[in-house]
Amino acid sequence: MAANHHAPAPVGGNLFNAATFICGVLIAIMLAILAVRFVHGLGAVTNLNDGYPWGIWVVVDVVIGSAFACGGFSVAMLVYIFNKGQYHPLVRPALLASLFGYTLAGVGVIFDLGRWWNFWHIFAPGYANPNSVMFEVAVCISAYIVVMWLEFSPAFFEKWGMKDAKQKLNKVLFFLVALGTVLPMMHQSSLGTLIVVMGVQINPLWQTNLIPLLFLLTAIVIGYGVVLFESCVAASAYRRKIETHLLEPMAKVMLGMLAVFLIVRFGDLLVRGALGHAFKGNVVALAFWVEMLCFIAPFALIASAESRRSPQKLFLAGVAIMLGGIFMRLNAFLIGYDTGVGVDTGWRYFPSVPELMVTIGMFALEVLGYIIITRRFPVLPREDVQVAH
Amino acid sequence: MVRPRRDNVISGLSGSFQKKGGVMANTSLLSLELNDKIAAAAERLQMSRREFLQFCAALATTLGLPQGADAAVAEAVATKKRPSVIWLHFQECTGCTESMLRAEHPTIEKLILDVISLDYHETLFAAAGHQIEAARETAMKENAGKYVLVIEGAIPTKDNGIYCKIGGKTAIELTKECAKNAAAVIAIGSCASWGGMPSTDPNPTGAVGANKIITDKPVVTIPGCPPNPYNFLSTVVHFLTFGALPEIDALGRPKFAYSRLIHENCERRAHFDAGRFAMEFGDDGHRKGYCLYKLGCKGPETYANCPTILFGDAGAGTWPVGCGHPCIGCTEQGVGFQKPIHMVSKLKNIEPPLQYPRVVEEKGTGATLGSAAVLAAVAGAAAGGAAMVAKNLGLSQKAEQAEEAKKAGEKAQV
Repeated sequence: MAANHHAPAPVGGNLFNAATFICGVLIAIMLAILAVRFVHGLGAVTNLNDGYPWGIWVVVDVVIGSAFACGGFSVAMLVYIFNKGQYHPLVRPALLASLFGYTLAGVGVIFDLGRWWNFWHIFAPGYANPNSVMFEVAVCISAYIVVMWLEFSPAFFEKWGMKDAKQKLNKVLFFLVALGTVLPMMHQSSLGTLIVVMGVQINPLWQTNLIPLLFLLTAIVIGYGVVLFESCVAASAYRRKIETHLLEPMAKVMLGMLAVFLIVRFGDLLVRGALGHAFKGNVVALAFWVEMLCFIAPFALIASAESRRSPQKLFLAGVAIMLGGIFMRLNAFLIGYDTGVGVDTGWRYFPSVPELMVTIGMFALEVLGYIIITRRFPVLPREDVQVAH
Repeated sequence: MVRPRRDNVISGLSGSFQKKGGVMANTSLLSLELNDKIAAAAERLQMSRREFLQFCAALATTLGLPQGADAAVAEAVATKKRPSVIWLHFQECTGCTESMLRAEHPTIEKLILDVISLDYHETLFAAAGHQIEAARETAMKENAGKYVLVIEGAIPTKDNGIYCKIGGKTAIELTKECAKNAAAVIAIGSCASWGGMPSTDPNPTGAVGANKIITDKPVVTIPGCPPNPYNFLSTVVHFLTFGALPEIDALGRPKFAYSRLIHENCERRAHFDAGRFAMEFGDDGHRKGYCLYKLGCKGPETYANCPTILFGDAGAGTWPVGCGHPCIGCTEQGVGFQKPIHMVSKLKNIEPPLQYPRVVEEKGTGATLGSAAVLAAVAGAAAGGAAMVAKNLGLSQKAEQAEEAKKAGEKAQV
């Protein structure tokens, strides 16, 4: 499949440096806050209230976190479904980022559960409510986390020389890959369905029956955006060569998907007659346009093949897509969300410092995990020539 | 006007009121309008005739009797020989008697004293000592098998009942002696019903209810601390009208008064269903009249008709829950005087969660200086980092391009 010089190999190097130290400190702060949260409850550390029963722990750590973790799924879809084997070197690093994103999103849900000790109820047939959107999301995400660890396990098998295990797994890997493509499509769209079931509480700019499709499309686009971002950052941080020859055509695929998304997005707004809400001159309208600008920016940045060969522009396009994804989810779940809608007004939410520190700690945990695994396990493609910097 | 034959009426029970073969009690209140005996009874009670008939109708309704029973009640109250009543007092506070005498309706106490012939009552009698004991024995002898025995107060059983003695006789002896020839036994108040307050742990005197001493005949219990005088009066009038005591439940309580939970007809029930609870005395929810369940109201596990006829006949709206105090469950054995007032009651059906929202929920604060600063710092760091990465990428691309151009130039030169 992949040429030998593309076979993944550990990056190597020291695990103790400024980056890992800062990550460690942030993680320690998070753990201390979580200890307080689990003993004294959500009210002790968060700014959640009856009007905003979920805050950034759900919207950022879970909803945005899992969307960012779609790199693995997007690239795997490109490689295995559309049979574009040349992208294979991107699979493992993308899968690793997905692995962390999803695992931490799954863990992050528990932080936000009021009665967290009952978290296992959703897996117990006697307790679970199979008609609930939450159930769909929870079961899909849990299943996907398991599937991803299995998909990624060859990296561990290679490291520890478990050839037999790897061979056995290779026989069923096609099935895991297929599951790994179906499951995220199911729950990424279900995350949008959560918006649908909240009815009029969501601003018409986001409240549409098409929002599951919009969430799915953006999740795929964000997946490619994250791969652009992560390839560039890994290249920059590890002083490695960038796989521009792979990123350039992938960015083109991404732009195509993005165009589909924008057509559906604005078409839906026009058909429903909801576009007027975007010109109301309030915070929600502003947030909508920031979101839209982020999604449109990549066209300005990497529309031409020439600009797509510039790592700088690819990186900025990736960042823009990610920001668009952040704003879309923040807007739909928090900024465009109003529990009272004209009946009980005045609810306000802004994350507290401890809430922010937990979210930051979660991202630090992802970064630390990524650093440790790429330095010690065969994830990133082997470098044949060291690029001098 | 058809006069009912007394024997038939007496043989009838409440449940079979309308099935008295052939001869029925008078079932038309209107036909009693011009009745001289009704007028005489009303005058005796210092009521207008209308008030008297209304009162009898109310009693019949309280008893849950079918239409027409009001006339039978009125007729019975106006014409029948008043039953002799022996009223014993044991371990208690006399609150049951007090509440009956100080009832809001100015005539109810007169009516009690008019409907019954109170031949022995320690609180109300002017006589004392041997004189009154003699009166009791005389009444019992004269009305053997016909008098009603009312017991107020718990009966101590420890050490052969020496903790309560009247005229040298223990409460146990007196109870047995008086119950022997009684036509009916009524235990009034929670103390006489099951031991009430005196039987509270550790129950130093071994106080029990009357039905633990009188085992050979049914004892109607009218628990409450104090019970509503109407419940007692209705029971007596039922006996007077039909010659039998009303239907009772397993604990001896008349079903007309004790078959429903207070919770079922509570005026605050809507608040319970909506999840609106007073969380502490004097809080906003308490002032707004929210449900008192969380303050320990025992209404959900107490059977009594307080929400319907209110408590103690003290006037409109004046029952504990109406006044903002949780029900203490005084009519319910194992609840009243047993469970602490603040303790949340055991619901007979669905229990609401303990974590309902507060009366006024905080609506959340906006950004604080600290949180905004942390968010700004993160955004700044991310933007700075992104800019640095972008710059690095641009520089390395330039270097690469320069290198390639150099190679290309070298090739061209070669």
